[in-house]
Amino acid sequence: MTKSINITLKVWRQKGSHVNGGFETYPVTDISTDMSFLEMIDVVNEQLTLEGKDPIAFDHDCREGICGMCGAVINGRAHGPEKGTTLCQLHMRHFSNGDTIVIEPWRAKAFPIVKDLVVNRSAFDQIILAGGYISVNTGGAPDANSIPIAQEIAELAMDAAACIGCGACVAACPNASAMLFTGAKISQLALLPQGKPEAASRALAMVRKMDALCFGNCSNERECEAECPKEISISNIARLNREFIKAGLVSSVR
Amino acid sequence: MVRNLVTGEIESHGADAVVLCTGGYANVFYLSTNAMASNVSATYRAYKKGAFFANPCYTQIHPTCIPVHGTYQSKLTLMSESLRNDGRVWVPKTPGDKRPPDQIPEPERDYYLEEKYPSFGNLVPRDVASRNAKAQCDMGKGVGETGFAVYLDFADAIQRDGKEVIRQKYGNLFQMYEKITASNPYETPMMIYPASHYVMGGLWVDYNLMSTLDGLFVMGEANFSDHGANRLGASALMQGLADGYFIIPYTIGGYLSGTGRPEITTDHPAFKEAVHYVTERTRKLLSINGKRTVDDFHRELGHILWEYCGMSRNDEGLLKARKMIQELREEFWNNAVVPGSSQDFNQSLERAGRVADFLEFAELLVMDAFERKESCGGHFNEAYQTQEHEALRDDENFCHVAAWEYKGDDTDPELHKEPLVFENVELTQRSYK
Repeated sequence: MTKSINITLKVWRQKGSHVNGGFETYPVTDISTDMSFLEMIDVVNEQLTLEGKDPIAFDHDCREGICGMCGAVINGRAHGPEKGTTLCQLHMRHFSNGDTIVIEPWRAKAFPIVKDLVVNRSAFDQIILAGGYISVNTGGAPDANSIPIAQEIAELAMDAAACIGCGACVAACPNASAMLFTGAKISQLALLPQGKPEAASRALAMVRKMDALCFGNCSNERECEAECPKEISISNIARLNREFIKAGLVSSVR
Repeated sequence: MVRNLVTGEIESHGADAVVLCTGGYANVFYLSTNAMASNVSATYRAYKKGAFFANPCYTQIHPTCIPVHGTYQSKLTLMSESLRNDGRVWVPKTPGDKRPPDQIPEPERDYYLEEKYPSFGNLVPRDVASRNAKAQCDMGKGVGETGFAVYLDFADAIQRDGKEVIRQKYGNLFQMYEKITASNPYETPMMIYPASHYVMGGLWVDYNLMSTLDGLFVMGEANFSDHGANRLGASALMQGLADGYFIIPYTIGGYLSGTGRPEITTDHPAFKEAVHYVTERTRKLLSINGKRTVDDFHRELGHILWEYCGMSRNDEGLLKARKMIQELREEFWNNAVVPGSSQDFNQSLERAGRVADFLEFAELLVMDAFERKESCGGHFNEAYQTQEHEALRDDENFCHVAAWEYKGDDTDPELHKEPLVFENVELTQRSYK
């Protein structure tokens, strides 16, 4: 049943990447518990706009948990307290009247802050550009079932492909590592026959790019897996390591 | 011309050909199943530069969406069409019956789709399912807090196939529904209501996907092709693949090889003019300094369209809507408040530009709906229906694409009719009985 709560927000405000930011406090009243977290910020922004203040910048788009645009650290947790949930799918019914909610952007060297809660995640795009694709000529469509793929493999590839590239794994990791993201992308392709021809060059190029972009390394904290809204398994990181070692030791690719 | 959303810089890019893949305009209704950033700006600006806009009134309202629950609501989430394979749609037989669904016994439930369309039942096309849901709610038989919802009940399917089978089929959807509504669809029927979802209208293109502007190609939902007046399930994906894989790689090459390509640089006066127009418009938006937020205008525009140009339309309502849109647009340019500057990352400015375009485009949508004196697919004019309240086409007079040509801000656009020619099929009245 719908009810309303009053909360206090402590929001990270920062005008741009080259100026210092800080927390601002906003008392917020009469928030319906049926609202999504982002709708709550919409309401705050409407008020700020009418008061002649600068609204809180935040990224968002589909608002149904499938696009990967939204995300912020809520009370120290990427995408907030609910498991397997993007910020847009977090609802205010998970908070109580009188709560203080701290909202921060993803913090990582590779993700410079654009404004307030908006960070530049183009480092992820660069990792993909380094090899997160297959270069086949699409040509004519092949007949269905011409390349049989076992159900189990298809499921594993699909689970890895569920990654929406939101960056929560990086934000949650004490090393700001992008291993879960890169592992998911490498796995998705390495598991399937279409991805195999380029598997070695892909693994080497994507891992090198990831390192070059200042993402940290994996030290098995498993924070990424715990916070991933798509519940991507860290077994994908293990697969990344295997693909990387295989490529480095036995392939002819350098 | 593009505005860099991070730095605010206006950038000019010259090209021999341009391909627009900018999606549809369903967000003109404010609430829709589209992503928040979806907008009409690119296609509408192309229209203002001479590309014809075709069939804007063909808008699809999807029957299975999570209902509206508050004014703060920012979007409506689509529950997949596939749910109607196993879910049964019903409302209480008695208007105003506010009992919880488990206390309404079988004989007091109205499975109106199964009743009315025995052979198709819950699987009737989207426009039919949507209009019937609206009709039931308009009779006061709607459920939920607002009365604008109908049940989609899986109890029979779960009893027949077991919970596990249903979970395998729809587990992710049920989970998403529960996250949003805090209600468990394995136990309680889902509540759904129609929502704006897809638009069949868009920029007119030829078979090579080129608009009426030489060298401007349009793909996907941004163009008007493929879906006629009412898109079928999954066919937007089909169109994306067909346009992108199979058509444009060949037709754009054909265009480029067949055109003398004059060397035009961004020093051309047309670029300067466009920079001036955009800069001036941005300055204007930032200096209105009024008392109403841009979202508030967008919300009101959405209300107007949903009310008068939504699932069911009539001439009187359309005329009224057109006037209301003009007034709202006037107020927007005098009373909107757009904070911040044009020289940095400014999401308010971004939204203001889009809403300003929606406010102009909405009028074109309403005009197109007014001109089409028949009911056809996504356009239902109450004056044109069969005795059983089904859409009644007028193939004699309206078997055409309505392509609109911009003639200036103070002049009505010109309507061009492209006749639809059917060589192998005969047009008939559809029936889902």
